[in-house]
Order: sequence, then C-alpha cells, then structure tokens
Amino acid sequence: MYKNFFRYLISAIFLLGFSVNSNADFKVGFVYVGPTGDHGWTFQHHEGRNAVEAAGIKTTFVESVPEGADAERVIRQLAQSGHDLIFTTSFGYMDPTNKVAKDFPNVKFEHATGYKREHSNVSTYSARFYEGRTLLGHIAGKMTKTNTIGYIASFPIPEVIRGINAMTLAAQKVNPNIKTKIVWVFTWYDPGKEAEAAQALIDQGADVIMQHTDSTAPVQTAEKAGVWSFGQASDMQRFAPKSILTSIIDDWAPYYVERAIAARDGTWNQQDTWHGLKEGMVAMGPYNSAMGADLVKEVEQLQKDLASGKVHSFTGPIYDQKGNILVAEGKVADDGMLAGMSVYVKGVEGDIPK
Amino acid sequence: MIKIEKRNDVPMALYFFTPFIAIILTILGGGIIFYILGFNPIEALKFYFITPISNLYGFSELLLKATPLCLIAIGLSFCFKSNNWNIGAEGQLTFGAIVGGGVALLFYNQEGFYILPLVIIAGAIGGMIFALIPAILKTYFNTNEILVSLMLVYVSKLLLDYLVVGPWSNPEGFNFPETRQFSNSSRMPLLFEGLRIHAGIFLALAAVMLSWFVLYKTYLGFQIKVSGLSLKTAKYAGFKGKTMILVVFMISGACAGLAGVGEITGPIGQLHRMISPDYGFTAIIVAFLGRLNPFGIIFASLVVALTYLGAETAQIFLQIPKYTGQVFQGMILFFLLASDYLLFFKVKILNLKKNELRY
Repeated sequence: MYKNFFRYLISAIFLLGFSVNSNADFKVGFVYVGPTGDHGWTFQHHEGRNAVEAAGIKTTFVESVPEGADAERVIRQLAQSGHDLIFTTSFGYMDPTNKVAKDFPNVKFEHATGYKREHSNVSTYSARFYEGRTLLGHIAGKMTKTNTIGYIASFPIPEVIRGINAMTLAAQKVNPNIKTKIVWVFTWYDPGKEAEAAQALIDQGADVIMQHTDSTAPVQTAEKAGVWSFGQASDMQRFAPKSILTSIIDDWAPYYVERAIAARDGTWNQQDTWHGLKEGMVAMGPYNSAMGADLVKEVEQLQKDLASGKVHSFTGPIYDQKGNILVAEGKVADDGMLAGMSVYVKGVEGDIPK
Repeated sequence: MIKIEKRNDVPMALYFFTPFIAIILTILGGGIIFYILGFNPIEALKFYFITPISNLYGFSELLLKATPLCLIAIGLSFCFKSNNWNIGAEGQLTFGAIVGGGVALLFYNQEGFYILPLVIIAGAIGGMIFALIPAILKTYFNTNEILVSLMLVYVSKLLLDYLVVGPWSNPEGFNFPETRQFSNSSRMPLLFEGLRIHAGIFLALAAVMLSWFVLYKTYLGFQIKVSGLSLKTAKYAGFKGKTMILVVFMISGACAGLAGVGEITGPIGQLHRMISPDYGFTAIIVAFLGRLNPFGIIFASLVVALTYLGAETAQIFLQIPKYTGQVFQGMILFFLLASDYLLFFKVKILNLKKNELRY
C-alpha cells in the first residue's frame, strides 16, 4: 500500500515537474517579411508578439525574411530549436510553412492570409480589413469635394479588390457621384513608388488618398499636398497629423495571445480564422476632429453596426462595372464570394490588371 | 609628410593570404560590434559562425546557399580578369530564370527525363543573351558596361514582375503574383531525402573545373589574363579584343542564368518575384574574396553563404538584428580592399628637412 502510494507520488511529482518544465520551455516563433520598424504590416505583428511576451510566454522573431528559398530554412530552424508555435506572417510563406509542418507534427503553425492547411498542425488566419474600408469609404464620400478618391493598390488579389469595392460601395451610399481612381504599384512596401502614386492621384484630382501598401509615404505625400488621407495597418497619425482622418489598425495581439495560451495548454486545434471589427482584429485609429462631430458620430455608429452584424459591407444590390448584378437586393455576399472576389463594382474606374 | 609608394615585389603567397586576414579582421570587427550592442561577443560569434553548420541539415543549407554564389562568381571571374566590369549578374540571373522558368511552365503538366535538361539549357542561354546586351553595346558602341549591365538588372526584375503578375500568373492562384508549380520533371533531383541540397551543386563544381581549365590551360584564358593586365599589350599581341569581350560576357551570363535556374528548379519550384536575395551582387564580393581564382571562389562562396545563415541563427537565438549579415559582408569587402591597398602600396612617413622638400 505504502509502496503504491510512493509510486503514485513519485509519478505525480515527475508528471508535475515535467508539465511545469514544458510550460516554462514553451516558446513561440514569429517570421516577419519586413523590418520591425516599417510602421505598417510587420510593425503590427511585432506589437502582437510583444503582447504574447507580456502574457509571460517566451518569443523569438526573425525579421526581413525573403519570401523565396530562405523562408523554409528560417521556419525549419525555429521548429528545430524548440519553438512550439510558429506564426508565419506573410502570404509568401504559405508553401514553406506547410512543408515544414509536415516534418514537425508536434509543432503548431499559424500562417497569415493564406488558404492552404495541408496538415492538421497548420492553421490560417486573416482579418476582415474590408470592414475598415467600409468606414473609410463612408468618411471619404462625405469629405471629398472633387468626388474623386485615389486608391494606391498593391496586387490584384481578392483581398485588395475586396478593399477597393467595400470602400467604393460605402462612399457611393453617401455620395452617388463618387469615382474611385486606382494606381497599381505592384509592391507591398516601396516608399518611393507609393509617394509617386499618391502624387499622381492627387494630380488627377483626388482629394482623398488611401492605400493598400505598408509604408507611411502616401500619408506624408497627402499631408504635403493638403489632401485627406488614411493610415494603413497601424495608427499613422503622427506621420500626417493634419491629413489623416483615421487609420485601419490590424490588431493581432488578442489573437496571438489566445492562440499561444491555447497551444501551451494543449487546447490548440486547427482553424481558419477570419476576424473583423467584432473581435477587434480590425480596429480604427482616432477620428480627426476636422471631420466634424456629426460625421464622427455617424461613423462610430456604423462601426458598431458593422461589429454587431446589423450592417454588412457587401449588401445588395451590388453591380459590377458592366452593370451585371453581383449580389441581389436584400442579400449579403457570403464568405466564399468575398474570398474569391476578382471584379470591380460599378463606380471604380479602369480595369483590373491581367 | 606621408608618401605612398607602389611596391614592386609583392609575394604571390601573401596575395592569396590577405583574404584570410580580411576574414579574421571581419570576425574581430564583428566581435567588437556585438560587444558594443551589448552581447557577449564570443557567444554571438559562436551562434554566427558555428551553430548554423553544427548539424547535417545546417551544412547542407550552407552548400545550398553557396551554390548560386559560387556559380555566379565563377562567371564574373572571367569578366573581371579581363577588365570587363559586369555588375549586372543579378539581371542575368533573373533573365535566365525567366527563360528557364518559361520552358518549365510549358511542361507544367508533363513528365519526362528531357524536361530538366531543356530547362537548364534554356536558363543558361537566357543569361547569355542578357549578358550579350552590355557586351555588344560596349564593343560596337563604346558604352560603359558598368552602367548598362546595372540598369538591365532593373529591366529584368520589372519583366519578371510583369510576367508573374500578368500572363504567367497561376490561373488557379487568385491573382497572387506567382506562377504555377513546376512539374516534378522540371525540378532538380535532391541529393538526400529530407535535405534541400540538389543536383545544382554539380553544375557549380563543373563550372569550377571548367573555368580552371579554360583560364589556365587554354589560349583564351591566356588572352583574358593578358587583357586584364594590360589592354595595350593585348592589342599589340594582336588579340581580337571584341570577340573576347563577347565571350567573357557570355560565359558570365550563362553562369548567372544557371544559378537562377538552379534556384527556381531547386528550392523554389515556381517563378515569383523573390527568386534571388541579390545573389548577383553578393557574388561580386565572393569573386574578389576568392581572388578570381576558381578554387578560391569555392572557399569564398562558403564564407559569404555562412554570413547569411549566421545572421538568421543570431537573430533566432540572441535577437541580434538580421541586418548584421549585410554588415559582415560589407566588412569582408572593406578589409579585403584595405589589406590589398597596403599590400600593393607602402605608406612612408618621411622626416624631411626644409631644404630637402622637393615637392
């Protein structure tokens, strides 16, 4: 009897020691595509990492990892060196993440903005940035005097087209004469190109500029030219205090903390997450007082309604550029349609580059 | 009074020894930088230069990284030895990858033993053609090959951008800027299960052997070396300067094109915008660190490849910013040039009396 008791005691101590030990050893790795100081995309993921660290979990990051042959090695090294959960925070890491995940079934992987989950230890996550775009569209429609909105776009992928459409639809709702002009820069981060694109749009009469790229160059160009602008990915207010009306903020922190704790406590499972204003993965920066109290109130109400689901960014009737109906009156676009969106809505000028 | 004089008797042994001095100085300099940044320099250097290659996987990754650097540098050595300054290997790599990748995409849904050789040859020809542009402009229109080859880098990168965004983008890929995956027959065979090191390393080794043979055992190699030492002598000897310029650029371009094809058919497996982290430019450092000598280049490519891997490990384990990798590459080149200067020139501090001042 005593013998058994001791046996249990020893195994209990051993198990306790083991589990405590494994908790203390629990480490989370992050792979960034840009430098932590880009004040945009990577900066926000880094803020998320800081939150995980603040929650008492050890983290590691590798910045500026090219999306080519190097990515796989970095991800594999993180997996090999005892990281239990690895966030790969750019689309181009999709195949390398899945490849490494196959060889490390005990390590959990989270890939941002991708769609491949080839193994049970790979999750994907992204944010409904388009909800933020709806708010931007509403503000832009009210603030523009020239009825022309300039949009700097990166690549013609569904995520970017979704943003353009959501913004245009919301702007049309408050100002039917609105036109959206687009410049494709084919880069995520190139301050020089982004600034040129912003200037080109301003020269074409746009008095509100927004961008789906990561640098602060567009808002700084807008500030100089005296036109309105919006921050992208992080709160960029301090770079253009007069010009910025608000910013779409990617807040990865709550998700990262939740997933890290789940992985540590053994409750992590495969997911495809697409969170928005409701969960706080998309947040808005402070509203510029130049908008006027009434408009701020309107937008805050719209923000609440989008979060509660009372209003959907893509509510019918929605027409494409040729006037064909995309979403019927009274219907909302489903996630499948949003995920594959590849046509402009009516009111957007130009063609999607092919 | 400081006087700088050319040395007449530079021992060859010392000439090949200075790269080692440059590497040692770089390591010392790196240690000092780590110390200033608040890291334990010994530990940091260990993570930088030893940890990355402390296991089989790491070592295979080193070889994988060194392969394109070695190939390009071998090609560049032909140009540099003959006083042709081809700075655009990155563009030739990109164009080679475009042509080779184009062939691979033609066969995206087919298998067959003949596909990979076609892809490789297409890549080499692509690089060759792209290198011919600055060569022809130089020989027939007297343009500056440094500028032309450098500007063509941007041309090739924009062309690649256009192709992967537009006509060649994967029809099932939601418009993401990348092509389809190549079929297995277009991929370099892997040497070991589970490691990424592929048959491309044999291309690099073959290039090393061939270049040694050409440079040291053939008439062409002799012409190249003489032109490098003195263009006037080469003319006087009756060498056909123009043909030689075209040939060295073609060799250089073919090597860079092969490096590009090796990357896309090896670890990458498709075309997208990030096929090379500026291998074409880094290979210039490799070529000079290797003293433009085929075997020196093997060694130099391994050293420079290690600075890439070390930067990653140092960030993973110590959170040292990854850009130190570029600092290390810069320091190697700086110390190499500095020690070369001291090797070929001597600095004399003269103590002259007033009436002896002759200048």
